[in-house]
Amino acid sequence: MKSTLVNMVLSLGVITVVAASALAGVYTLTKEPIAQAKAQKQQDAIGEVLPGIEFNNNPAAEATEVEINGETVTVFPARKDGELVGTAVESHDNNGFSGLITVMYGFDPAGVITGYAVMQHAETPGLGSKMGEWFCDPAHSIIGLDSNTSNLTVSKDGGDIDAITAATISSRAFLRSLTLAGQASQQFATQQ
Amino acid sequence: MNDKLKILFNGIIAENPTFVLMLGMCPTLGTTGSAINGMSMGLATMAVLICSNVVISLIKNFVPAKVRIPAYIVVIAAFVSVLQLVMEAYVPSLYATLGIFIPLIVVNCIVLGRAEAFASRHGVFDSCLDGIGIGLGFTIALTLLGAVREFLGTGKIFDATIYPEQFGSLVFVLAPGAFIALGLLIALFTKMREAK
Amino acid sequence: MNNLITISPSPHAQTPTTVTRLMLHVIVALVPAVLVALYYFGLGAAIVIVTSIVGCVAVEYLITRFMLGQKPSIGNLSAVLTGLLLALNLPSNLPVWMILIGCVVAIGIGKMTFGGLGCNIFNPALVGRVFLLLSFPVAMTTWPLPEVNRMAYTDATTGATVLSQIKMGVIEASDVNLMNSLLGNMGGSLGEVGAIALLIGFVYLLCFKVISWHIPVAILGTAAIFSWLIGAPVGVELLSGGLLLGAIFMATDYVTSPMSHSGMILYGVLIGLITIIIRQWGAYPEGMSFAILIMNGFTPLINRYMKPRKFGERRVAA
Repeated sequence: MKSTLVNMVLSLGVITVVAASALAGVYTLTKEPIAQAKAQKQQDAIGEVLPGIEFNNNPAAEATEVEINGETVTVFPARKDGELVGTAVESHDNNGFSGLITVMYGFDPAGVITGYAVMQHAETPGLGSKMGEWFCDPAHSIIGLDSNTSNLTVSKDGGDIDAITAATISSRAFLRSLTLAGQASQQFATQQ
Repeated sequence: MNDKLKILFNGIIAENPTFVLMLGMCPTLGTTGSAINGMSMGLATMAVLICSNVVISLIKNFVPAKVRIPAYIVVIAAFVSVLQLVMEAYVPSLYATLGIFIPLIVVNCIVLGRAEAFASRHGVFDSCLDGIGIGLGFTIALTLLGAVREFLGTGKIFDATIYPEQFGSLVFVLAPGAFIALGLLIALFTKMREAK
Repeated sequence: MNNLITISPSPHAQTPTTVTRLMLHVIVALVPAVLVALYYFGLGAAIVIVTSIVGCVAVEYLITRFMLGQKPSIGNLSAVLTGLLLALNLPSNLPVWMILIGCVVAIGIGKMTFGGLGCNIFNPALVGRVFLLLSFPVAMTTWPLPEVNRMAYTDATTGATVLSQIKMGVIEASDVNLMNSLLGNMGGSLGEVGAIALLIGFVYLLCFKVISWHIPVAILGTAAIFSWLIGAPVGVELLSGGLLLGAIFMATDYVTSPMSHSGMILYGVLIGLITIIIRQWGAYPEGMSFAILIMNGFTPLINRYMKPRKFGERRVAA
């Protein structure tokens, strides 16, 4: 087809308008499911890190941002009949082996770690990526430790925790985000 | 009918996009850490390829030659965005794994390449068949590469353990292993094609 | 009849230097390092060295004989040397099957896929080592302690190397006993521990003119100056890790290093620089093998722009 200014503008214009309206349609259709999927993921993680703790509020709806040493973490309080029974804290650290890691930690009101779920990471498969299983393995578990009294650093740095074999950097990042989460949880609890 | 079959099988062997045309190497290397990821990426690309081939073949007579590339790109980008939204909504975990590579289907040379080389010159039905053929070829190649990498790297295929994980060579799951495994597979494929 | 004049194409001047002879010289030069490894790591070192050499020779034989259908080229000792160098780059408690994978990769992927000796772009022993390092990072980064493990193999008590201890912040560089580094009394891969033994090998190679001084001196000089400039401990950087082993025996591989002297200097300087950069700011405590492989990749480019002068060639005034 011969190209003239009119038909070029016209054809591109029509194609763009059709494509844009199709996209807008799909966007409206999928907006709700996408939001639901995201909320579901957060909800699942909160439930997972607070095992055995019964609560009847919606922690995601009460999300509060807490600032510790210039870092902002999100605290999701779990309550039963208005009383605080635990907190889920979404914490992060930028100095993993491959940058940002985001982990959700659960604490009971006294500050004891109840569980964790790795939300996002880009650590090396087979090494740093083992953090999802390593720290809940009974041999070197962090679950049940008191975040107020334990020294939450790797044993190489004089702490109480065994680092993932050959992945000390990932382990350090994980524990730094844990420490941050512990402080945030405590600060949040004392403000109640 | 034979012609139609030929178009279909053309993309799988004679013009296999990965092993022969060597197009779309970025997702090929980036997403094939496991067989299931490779297959999902292949299927996603195939979906876009079929849709864009059909639409471009439909509109080929209305698009002036000088603006055909931008027009094709708009069509392809629209389909990719639709696919991205649908995946994010209904298969969020897969969407999280494939991540950046889904929007990058837009710049996959295979999609624009087939639009320009095939769909803009053939009828709707042939273009659809070409999309299926090339898409299948791409999916098979990515699944194969993913399976080989997963098998050598972690001892599994499609998450089914074949041998204990500690005997796997981790490098195959990492980026360098993608290049090594792809190189060996291309050599093997070429050898088989020549032997015929 | 004996007075017939023989007419043959060039070359007319020949030397007794053959590939086999050169390989033999390098192997002899490595003997002191092997002895140090055997002294400190005992049984484990012996198993690793024997497995690696046998593995590499076997892989080369099988590929040339059965896959390519050629006359096996193992007689020129290059596979033996690759095996020995690979072994010297491994910890002494590495299981046999991992060493064999290293051999298959070193010879099969690093050397034969490119067309065999003389055609490989990358140093085969280092390809094998880096493949193992990325594949089995845990096994490849836990080194047996010296002396206490003479009779142990895979059950050896292990520790980290000096460099990784510094990287992890466990010890300070000033705590390192340099005398131990010179003698080889420290944890590490087999061949990288004994600095004196490696230097003896260097002198041997220089005496027999197997290698020229350019590459090793450029690497070591750059590493020393650069680590001094950025305030890193020069002695520790030079004597620990694979710097000496790599600079003397692996960066100088004929096939994968530049041909002209100016090219060699550039190549060496960049290897030294990259090694220290990886050690200081990279994720790995040791960067020698990566640095050599990276520069191997640049060698064709260096050869293109820094050509050696042909024998008898004169620069034409422009």
